[in-house]
Amino acid sequence: MEENKQRKDWVYYLKNLDRRIIFLIIALSIIVAMIYPPQLPIVPEKAVKTCYDYIDSLPPGSRVFLSFDYDPSTLPECQPIAEAVIRQCFSRNLKVYAIALWPQGASQAAIAFSKLAPEYGKTYGVDYVNLGYKVGGAIVIQGMGEENGILATFPNDLANKPIKDMEIMKDVKSIRDMNFIFSISAGDPGIKTYVLIAGPQFGRKVGGGCTAVTAPEMFSFVASGQLTGLVAGLKGAADYEFLVGHPDSAIKKMPQQSVAHVVIIIFIIIANIVYFIEKYREKRGLV
Amino acid sequence: MRNSKILMFFSAIIFFIAFSPSIAFADEGLREKISYYFNVDKANILVGIIIVFFCVAYYLYHAQKGKALYIRPIAGLSALEDAVGRATEMGKPILYIPGIMDMDDIQTLAGISILGHVAHKVAEYQSRILVPVSKSVVMTTAQEVVKEAYLKAGRPEAFNIDDVWYLTDDQFGYVAGVDGIMMRDKPAANFYMGTFYAESLILAETGYATGAIQIAGTAMASQLPFFVAACDYTLIGEELYAASAYLSQDAHQISSIKGQDMAKAVVLGCIILGCILVTLNSLVGLPDFLMSFVKFFEVK
Amino acid sequence: MKRNIPIFITFITGLALILAHFVPRERQSISQIGEIVQDWAMIIFAFAIILGALNLLRVNIIEKVLRLAKGYGYSIVLVVAFFVTTGLGIGQGIEEGTKFFLIYKFIFTPLSATMFSLLAFFIASASFRAFRAKTGEATLLLVAAFIVMLGRVPIGDFLWTHIPFVSKYFMLSDISAWIMGFPNVAGQRAILIGAGLGAVAISLKILLGVERSYLGGED
Repeated sequence: MEENKQRKDWVYYLKNLDRRIIFLIIALSIIVAMIYPPQLPIVPEKAVKTCYDYIDSLPPGSRVFLSFDYDPSTLPECQPIAEAVIRQCFSRNLKVYAIALWPQGASQAAIAFSKLAPEYGKTYGVDYVNLGYKVGGAIVIQGMGEENGILATFPNDLANKPIKDMEIMKDVKSIRDMNFIFSISAGDPGIKTYVLIAGPQFGRKVGGGCTAVTAPEMFSFVASGQLTGLVAGLKGAADYEFLVGHPDSAIKKMPQQSVAHVVIIIFIIIANIVYFIEKYREKRGLV
Repeated sequence: MRNSKILMFFSAIIFFIAFSPSIAFADEGLREKISYYFNVDKANILVGIIIVFFCVAYYLYHAQKGKALYIRPIAGLSALEDAVGRATEMGKPILYIPGIMDMDDIQTLAGISILGHVAHKVAEYQSRILVPVSKSVVMTTAQEVVKEAYLKAGRPEAFNIDDVWYLTDDQFGYVAGVDGIMMRDKPAANFYMGTFYAESLILAETGYATGAIQIAGTAMASQLPFFVAACDYTLIGEELYAASAYLSQDAHQISSIKGQDMAKAVVLGCIILGCILVTLNSLVGLPDFLMSFVKFFEVK
Repeated sequence: MKRNIPIFITFITGLALILAHFVPRERQSISQIGEIVQDWAMIIFAFAIILGALNLLRVNIIEKVLRLAKGYGYSIVLVVAFFVTTGLGIGQGIEEGTKFFLIYKFIFTPLSATMFSLLAFFIASASFRAFRAKTGEATLLLVAAFIVMLGRVPIGDFLWTHIPFVSKYFMLSDISAWIMGFPNVAGQRAILIGAGLGAVAISLKILLGVERSYLGGED
């Protein structure tokens, strides 16, 4: 009796495709898109526009609190968001107060400020300040809501200099003195922590920037009004750069992301074609 | 029948409390007196906690009375013994990852709780369990839990404290380390139980490439799709929290799951009622005392 | 006694924090208890880092390097990197311009970003392997996935504009935004509510001493 061997044709090889070939095709498509980037129009999302419009409505001299809650692994998505928001703040002469709830967040803030402050002629201690990192997450946020909370929680800045005599800290006692809170986060602690604490307890408007993976969860807060806008992933960053009028790294990476999405969709379609052909053959008794 | 009476009873409590603010607190003096000791804006949270507490207490009472409580089988946990058995037959270790967050995270606690059961099974089968962790406090707890499990299985001499060790706090440093363990030691069964973020797919895909059977459990909604796509079994959301009760078959623990389910039924009832009221209000307009039910649940 | 004292501490601390949440901030005495406990928690977590570092060094130096175990070369790299980075950070500080910052910017940052970038490849291979239209629900999921994947990048709208008639009324990104804003939010809320209730129940079990696994095994 003959063994029922599976036919080793293109269907078989596609079904058992070595994943390294998939990796190679993805890599090649992105490299080609980097060398020959297709020019694609940017249409900002509503959630991004909401955030942009709110910051735009703040009068000059208003205080924007930025929380850098991400690390270098999510830098490609989160850093463009942070830079785009800082650009808008600097161009509107808003004061920027940066802290970090993740250890490396403070360094990411330093990188962003060192790039943008000279461009807009902003002075440290007058127009912006980097208060550094503090462990504790929700506890830190609650501490900052106390009377003199910011001073008590961050007596020194990232460079270990006392902040109480800085011009930017004049009349700033706690997070309640901020006009807007914006958290750029890649996980926890991050946007959710601010939404749950800073919003209800301190009555502050909270906006968020996050990675694309965490965005579906954050849309619940946008829908309920607990988040004033959401800048999600590289697309969100590109939208924000478009609104700010300064195309930067996010807009430049959009062609590559577009091509990657299309390639993955093609792979899924191929996989499903193979699946249906196999099903058809099984049904017809063909192997 | 009895459950529905309890359900109605608690629903009535919520309705009463929800409707009563406009009556009970109409008197400013009374409201001020209460506000001195209790933040009235958080009354809705307190009511929710009380409801859950009484639901859990109700079933705990019945569990103590000796009543048998049933919870449905959870596929991932039913496969646990098979996974450990498979690893033992192949002579390969079992890899257990209790998430990347610290002991203050509720999912980590659930993961550590399940670790005890898995470690006990591993000890019974005379196999080996590897538990690389991302946080120091989790490491000390996991060491105690695994040691206790081996002791309970009657094999204290088989416990190796170095099989539960700290890698790094850094998310991707940790996942690089675990991937290295998977590629070198080729564990036959991988368990991912706890809080995961972006590293979930990297872990699951690497585990798949090594041919291990994989059982995952997390309440992180954003990571569930990756685990479902790459793992053999996935515990979704509350199934992770219910796992400890399911594995131990302890009446007290199962009673809390039943109580939780009843609390969920009450929440569902409130959601449906709230939707109906808001819809009617937008169509025809409703009196204030009816809408106070919706206002009661507003986040303040 | 060994188990009862931690359970009692857990109960009292949990109760204090719950009360602190409900008591107005003006009631200093009660809200301060919550703040003190939270400060203690912060200190414990910070010191726990030392515990982890010591374990890391012990496992790598004693178990791997001194015994010349398999892969001990990697352990040497780890230990050297650990001491160099820690020494530079403590000695010179961590702000911009220091050698620690250079290590962070040019070694740690690219390495972390590289690990994260693996996701792009793994998503492709996982999608190829797992996303099959086996049932009606799976087909619906696939269609929604295609719409969201294309709608969230500029190429989606670009291709959509080439479809006659339809693009006059709505764009692919509008459908994508609707999927993210409504069905997705409904599903996320359901999971959040369920997980939230589960967390409340397990927290109650821990507070009341029913769940004791965190103490190291069961009675």
